[in-house]
Formats: sequence, C-alpha cells, structure tokens
Amino acid sequence: MQPLTNRAKNVDRRPMTLAERAYLPAILKGMGITFSHLFKKKPTIQYPEEKRPFSQVFRGLHVLNRDEEGRERCTACGLCAVACPAEAITMEAAERQEGEENLYREEKYAAKYEINMLRCIFCGLCEEACPKDAIYLSETFAPANYDRKGFIYGKNDLLIPNPLTDREAYEQAAGGRVRQPVGSR
Amino acid sequence: MISTLLAMQMDWALVLEKFLLIVVVVSVSLGFAMYSTYAERKVAAALQDRSGPNRFGWFGLLQPIADAIKLFSKEDIIPNKANKVLFVMGPGLAMLAALMTSAVIPWGDKVVLGGREISLQIADLNIGMLYVFAVVALGVYGVMIGGWSSNNKFSLLAAIRGASQNISYELAMGLSLIALLFVTGSLSLKDIVVGQQTNGWNILYQPLGFLIFIVCAFAECNRTPFDLPEAENELNFGYHQEYSSMKLGFYLFAEYINMFISSVIMATLYFGGYDIPFFNEAASSLHPNILALMGFGALMAKTVFFVFVFMWVRWTIPRFRYDQLMNLGWKSLIPLALFNMLITGAVVLYLQNGWPKF
Repeated sequence: MQPLTNRAKNVDRRPMTLAERAYLPAILKGMGITFSHLFKKKPTIQYPEEKRPFSQVFRGLHVLNRDEEGRERCTACGLCAVACPAEAITMEAAERQEGEENLYREEKYAAKYEINMLRCIFCGLCEEACPKDAIYLSETFAPANYDRKGFIYGKNDLLIPNPLTDREAYEQAAGGRVRQPVGSR
Repeated sequence: MISTLLAMQMDWALVLEKFLLIVVVVSVSLGFAMYSTYAERKVAAALQDRSGPNRFGWFGLLQPIADAIKLFSKEDIIPNKANKVLFVMGPGLAMLAALMTSAVIPWGDKVVLGGREISLQIADLNIGMLYVFAVVALGVYGVMIGGWSSNNKFSLLAAIRGASQNISYELAMGLSLIALLFVTGSLSLKDIVVGQQTNGWNILYQPLGFLIFIVCAFAECNRTPFDLPEAENELNFGYHQEYSSMKLGFYLFAEYINMFISSVIMATLYFGGYDIPFFNEAASSLHPNILALMGFGALMAKTVFFVFVFMWVRWTIPRFRYDQLMNLGWKSLIPLALFNMLITGAVVLYLQNGWPKF
C-alpha cells in the first residue's frame, strides 16, 4: 500500500539480544536518568507563600470602582446584569439623598449589589457593558469557602477601598487593570 | 531446679543487657522505618522534580507523625464475612516477622560499660543466616493470612501471587548465599563481618552473588519492580485491600522494616557490616566505645545507601508482568545462582587443595 505520509516507521520485531534480555543495562540507564533529576530545579511554586503572577488580562474577582474623589461610580443602571450570560448579578437601586454627594457620584446608586461567584463565569461582559467604568475584573480569584452563601459577594466585598482615605489599598486593589478615572464618558 | 534458678540469677545482668538491646534495636528499626516513609516520599519527589512533604515541621520532618495520627484516627473496619481472628493476626504477623530478623544482626562491635563487655548483637547464633532465612520465609504468612482472611477474591489472588513470588525468589536467594558461605566458611553473621574486616569485603569475591541477592531482596520485600502482591491497577490494592486504619499501617510499615532489615543484611553480608572502610579497627588506639559507635555509623551509612537504592529503583522502573517475574526467577536467577555456586566452589577448592591430580 502506498504510504500516505513519510512518517510511518517499521516496528523492530527482532528478538531481544542478550544484553537487552539481561534488563540490567536498560535499568541502569533509567536509574541514571532519574538520578540526574535529583539535581534539576523544581518548578514547584510554594503556593500560599509564593504566588504565580497573573497576566494583565486575567479576568478574576470583580471590583466596584470609585472615582478620584472616592465616590462610587455605579448608578445601578442594570446593564451589567442584563449583559451577564450567567445571571450572576443582582442589584437594587436607590436615590441619592441630600448630603450624600461625597458618597455617590450621581443621583442614583446601587443600594445592594450582589454577584454570585458560583454562577459567574468570569467572561467580563459586565465590564464591557458598564457605561460608567464602575465594574472591573481584577487579577485575583475567589478564595475557597465552606458554604454557598459565602460565594455571594455583596458591596462590602466588591467595593474598591477609598482612594482618599486608603490610597495604598486602593492602588493594590486596582492593580494594573483598573484604568484611572477619566471623568464621565 | 533450685540450682538452675540460682545459676540463672547470676545472669540477671545479661538478661537486662539483652532486654535493653532488644528494646533499642526494635525502636531503632521502627524509627528508621518511620523515617523511610518520609524519605520515600522525599526521594520520589526529588526524582520527579517535585518537593514532597514540606509543611509539617522543618522540611516536613514531622510528616511521619502526622501520618501516624491520621492512620490511628481512621475507622477500623473488619469485613462482615472475614475470619476475624486471622484478619487481626495478619498485620501483627507481618510486623513480627519483619522485626524478628534484627535479632542476629551484629549492629557493632563491643561496648564496654562499667567493666562489662557488651556485644552489640542480640544473639550470635552459629546458624545466623539460616535463622534469617527461616524468619523471612515466615513473612509470607503475613501476606497469605491477610489475603485469605479478608474473604475477598482480589486479596486472595494477590496473596497467592505474593506467596509464590516469595517462595520462588527465596530459592535463588538461598543459592546465591550458599556461594557466599563457601567464601566465608561460617553461617554466623558476626563471623562473616569479622572475616570481612581481615580479608576485604565479600562484594569483591561475590559480585554476581550480590547481584542475585539484591534482585531477590527486592522481590522478597515486595518492592517495585516486583510489587505484584499489591499491584494497584490489577488487583485493586492487593492483599491488604480490606484493611483500614492502623492494620493497614502495620502492613505498610512492615514493608519498610523489611526494606531496612534487608538493607542491613546486604551491608552485613557483602559490604563489611560495621567495618569502617580503609580503617584498621584492630590497630587503632581509640576507645572501644567510640569504635563501636563509629562502626554502627558505618553500618547505618551503608544501610541508608541501600534503602536509597530501593527507593531509586522503585521510582525508576515499572512493574514486571507475572510471567516475566516467574521467568526471571526460575529461568534466569536460579541457573545463574547455580553457576555462581559452581564457580565459587571450584575456585575455593582450587585455593585449598591446588589443581587436582588424576
């Protein structure tokens, strides 16, 4: 039969020679190979102490963003919830009261904002849908938890630290990914 | 009757001395086996570019204790239709056979304490080697009883495999040792070591015998490549499939003790035992206690090396198929051992009597 490719190799079916049947040369060779591995560098990352750097485009836990004055950017428009293919986002809107201008950027805000991390598929469509730059996916992932309730992240878990009061934590949470506020789009 | 009792009374010091020695030897064996489990995991990890246990204690050194706590706190299950007496006896027997061998091993030369010379050997039997063989053969009972009493066909199959494997390889092992006994002229392990101190190590005279012995030792200890009795992928878990908790722990532990003891025996028979290489013990002016300690250290170093070889081989080569195992044992090792015996016998006779005159 005409071979289809040139890669076919004939199997060597000759009976084993005495050296091969004695097993020992092959075993010693194998032991040499494994012994050389004693001196190789281990690729292990000692996880809790040492962490693998994430890529710049890694889509991890969500962050609810604030503007440069520390006001929440979210207006509870619900576009992220609509865009979400896994229906992981729920929110309740509320009206900004007199005297709350330093807390919320616009007249409407999210009183309740929950993401179920077990439903979420980390696709990033919420981030794309948001007209206010209010939600971003960060470079961390949801840690393990003992019950399902623990995976429903509320505003406390999601909101980025206030840049006015806690600049360092804000920058750490923002990472390289959350763009600096550029004013309303 | 009373006179014999009185005669015994005189030797209370001896009884105490032997008792202490037994306690020390058994605890050293157990401790060594405990840390072999740790070493096994570390060696396996190192050979596979992993880091192994490193969480509990410095470099994971407390890992064996964690394992023991885990095994002890597991539920101990005895199957409904198992033969309960034998089922409980199995692991104990395996452990007993593993520990008993250590009685005839010379762990070092003499120690002088308060004017008393204490030999670091529990019993210097003049048939030491035969005793080792007898006890090693007993080890099959642990496997066989464990497999049979679990009332599980896979366990039974594995036990039968294990028993026939051990018996087959004992033959070649015995034959390779007969050649060694031609050279040493004594069955006592102490005499063998002393002989090696003056004449050089037996590995120089019996390289082929040592090769056969080490292969058979692997088979006797049920270590890879001959770990068919516990072939995980064919027979689930082998003869200890139904065992749980510390009973399982005993079986696994017995394997490590066996490994330790056979390493000691290899070191004693072929590598000079407690003999320190390139060092003349008889001519040295050191205190005998220091000498004994150094000798013990030398024996332990050799043992650690052999235990490492055991592990090294385990993480290098795959398991033999059962027919390959039997072919190797009966068709290769036994003829080879017989050949070795013949050559050794001829050479020994030639050296004693010269060329025969017809």
